[in-house]
Amino acid sequence: MSTSNPSPNDRRQHYLNAAYGLRSWLLTVDHKRIALLYLGSITFFFFIGGSFAVMIRMNLLTPDGSFLQAETYNKFFTMHGLVMIFFFLIPSIPAVLGNFLIPMMVGAKDLAFPRLNLLSWYLYIIGGVMALSAAALGGVDTGWTFYTPYSSTYSNGNVVIMGVGAFVAGFSSILTGLNFIVTIHKMRCPGLTWFRLPLFVWAMYATSVIQILGTPVIAITLLLLAAERIFHVGIFDPRIGGDPVLFQHFFWFYSHPAVYIMILPAMGVISELVATFSRKRIFGYNLVAFSSVAIAMLSFLVWGHHLFVSGQSIYAGLVFSVLSFMVAIPSAIKVFNWTATFYRGSISYDTPMMYCFGFIGLFTMGGVTGLLLASLAVDVHLHDTYFVIAHFHYIMVGGAVMGYLGGMHFWWPKITGRMYPEIWARFAAVIIFVGFNLTFFPQFMLGYLGMPRRYHAYPAEFQVLNVMSTAGASILGLGYLIPMIYFIWSMRYGKPAPPNPWGATGLEWRTPSPPPTENFEEIPVVTEEAYDFEALARRDAAALRNEGELQNG
Amino acid sequence: MFQGIPIQPEQASSIARQVDYLYYFLSATAIFFSAVIFSSVFYFSVRYRRRVESEVPKPIHGSLPLELAWSIGPGIICMFIFAWASILYFRNANPPEGAMEVYVVGKQWMWKLQHPAGQREINELHVPAGRPVKLVMTSEDVVHSFFVPAFRVKKDVVPGMYTTVWFQADQPGQYHLFCTQYCGTNHSQMIGWVYVMQPRDYENWLSGGGGGNMASSGERLFQRLGCATCHVPGGGGRGPQLQGIYGKPVLFEDGTKAVADDAYIRESILNPAAKVVAGYKPVMPTFQGQVTEEQILQLIAYVKSLTKDQGNVVENPSEDKATPKMKAPPAGKKP
Ligand code: HEC
Ligand SMILES: [Cu+2]
Ligand SMILES: [Cu+2]
Repeated sequence: MSTSNPSPNDRRQHYLNAAYGLRSWLLTVDHKRIALLYLGSITFFFFIGGSFAVMIRMNLLTPDGSFLQAETYNKFFTMHGLVMIFFFLIPSIPAVLGNFLIPMMVGAKDLAFPRLNLLSWYLYIIGGVMALSAAALGGVDTGWTFYTPYSSTYSNGNVVIMGVGAFVAGFSSILTGLNFIVTIHKMRCPGLTWFRLPLFVWAMYATSVIQILGTPVIAITLLLLAAERIFHVGIFDPRIGGDPVLFQHFFWFYSHPAVYIMILPAMGVISELVATFSRKRIFGYNLVAFSSVAIAMLSFLVWGHHLFVSGQSIYAGLVFSVLSFMVAIPSAIKVFNWTATFYRGSISYDTPMMYCFGFIGLFTMGGVTGLLLASLAVDVHLHDTYFVIAHFHYIMVGGAVMGYLGGMHFWWPKITGRMYPEIWARFAAVIIFVGFNLTFFPQFMLGYLGMPRRYHAYPAEFQVLNVMSTAGASILGLGYLIPMIYFIWSMRYGKPAPPNPWGATGLEWRTPSPPPTENFEEIPVVTEEAYDFEALARRDAAALRNEGELQNG
Repeated sequence: MFQGIPIQPEQASSIARQVDYLYYFLSATAIFFSAVIFSSVFYFSVRYRRRVESEVPKPIHGSLPLELAWSIGPGIICMFIFAWASILYFRNANPPEGAMEVYVVGKQWMWKLQHPAGQREINELHVPAGRPVKLVMTSEDVVHSFFVPAFRVKKDVVPGMYTTVWFQADQPGQYHLFCTQYCGTNHSQMIGWVYVMQPRDYENWLSGGGGGNMASSGERLFQRLGCATCHVPGGGGRGPQLQGIYGKPVLFEDGTKAVADDAYIRESILNPAAKVVAGYKPVMPTFQGQVTEEQILQLIAYVKSLTKDQGNVVENPSEDKATPKMKAPPAGKKP
């Protein structure tokens, strides 16, 4: 390995300059390049989904919703949800950072099935194009939940195209999960036992299990929905003998675990950040690793907490409630262990760590408000109000997106070989944190007051809080633009990044930035546990001595 | 400080306060855990900030007692909350005996309500204070949800089945009624008001109108649709007599049993072959498509009114006045 500091200007071969031209990108099987393909596409979708959010918040500035027509508003929140969930959040960390890092973290040259990996990206793009064409052809107004019989019988939108789009994108997610699982099982380098793996890999493993087991269920459900809509087979519509609540069960059987597809990878990123920026092994490594697996398993048993007022049996409600409380425990374990890791650490406040603090704060708030929703009698009041909206945005934006941005800043030097401007980055992190809270905290209050979700217009007494939320959203939107700008800027003008700018321990930091196409100059051998900063210091010292001797001798 | 920003919804039902106590407890728990985490993260990150660029702290591998403490501790609190919330939920799920009933049909995008005495309302519900009210609800099209924030009650209104919700309003006033299950374009217009009135005002309001009580409308339908040709009082018709069956178990051809409740009668009308009464042939035709959800509710009200010894005498004759409908103003205005 090399700890010297090669400037990227020396004509060293790396994955970015190994080949040029569109073809070399569109037909690449290099996991790092595919990760960048994903990065470009999910960023595109993030801004599409974000513009819908802007419209939604603009419309809610006034109680009568005069900015948009009701139908347009409904289409916009539907598209916002669908785009953000299926085309941004689900692929975000797994397909970008997972793709880029998993092979490097396990010391491999690539994923187990590089061509399958490229196919996954194409499937994702096909799904995305279908979703956008459904929007362009007149939109979909079912909400991202597609509840029947509205979606199957009453909605005039392009439900089928949209459904097929999500269906195809689902396959991309399944294949990515499969690829990761096989890679983690089969391609670890010599010495890298399961309990020496970085926690990000554990988290991605758990995520992949959910993707493989859960996504087929939503695929089947969407097919049944299409069958009912096209052939009028009675499955969910009671008029032709179906059961509308059955759809809700199917839908949430996937979509609850999907929440964990979004949050587990972020938890993995946070584990890396906590360890690196406090220079300490994660407190309770084993438990943090196992809690990912526990979350993955329990996540399949709590879908009924979305149906407490649906007419589902009250005894079923009881079981789903107790299980929902149980799934909170492994998440709490993680937060406590991260906190304990800071104890007697050596903590620095680089940008990734700012996002990490943001994550811990917002995820904790999202988690504890989840307790209110798991409590049967209280959920009756809060269900389908803005409280739920606030809760899951704290988890999925406050948690998953903060984790994603933290990870992007952390690995950006590795990915591009360039540093971003630290001052701007910290500034953006603070703006995002403030904007986020101003947007979503008032929504907790709105929900408790009783404002239902998906309302194009609302009673006047809710206006003050809505205006606050919209103001926050403007700040948040600005906050997201800043990293976009300086990331792009840094690709050309950023300071060249050394191989290991943060003093981190993972294998990915033992190879130059950006890495060569085959990731490592020689296959690494692992002789130590994860996050062994003392060993890293010893190795660095030895390398320095060597260099000195070479120069002197 | 919070002038202009409301922070609590009105408490206007017997359970609102109980739900709120749990809500406060939960909020306090949430704030407590957040505070513990925020303050320790804050303290550690200041206390143990990096002072020397090259420092490497001693690793700490973990601590089983700590892990046990912070999984079992919150676990116990969770189970306590779970028990509390579930007891409340169960209590709130079962309407007390003798609750006054109102029938609700949701439809894109309005609420249609009918009182047993016959009054029909749209997007408005008048109820007396201090009396339990049970709503029997269904939908003509898609799923809706009946939500009165001031009462802390909510229940989905699902096509093809009856769901119930009950409350006892204890503050006269005017309260929001919202549809909370997204139901299409004008979902946000599927709103209305619940008027809680002093019992005496409610009686006045009731006597103010309505086109005959639900049971007698049901009886007229029963004649018109030809049900009466098969279901003859005292038995002997092609179908079983319906006197006194409501709420009693019915034995079927295949040996199974079920209680004749609203859902069962609805099914008997729409899909009679699903459960065939022991000793009868499945000759009853389906009335699917010939009766609306509201008419089915009237037929149910009629069947319910048929008691064993009374034959088909309709109860509650006092409410059967055919004076033109007048709406009483809400008894109290909210403060
Ligand atoms: C052609 C004769 C016929 C007509 C007309 C008819 N029914 Fe029936 N009904 C039957 C028979 C036979 C049964 C018992 C077999 C079964 O359950 O299907 C029955 C069963 C029922 C039951 C269940 C009774 C029990 O004891 O469980 C109800 C309720 C009912 N009918 C209501 C109605 C109503 C309301 C109408 C008019 C809208 C109607 N029926 C019209 C023949 C008829
Ligand atoms: Cu869920
Ligand atoms: Cu609605």
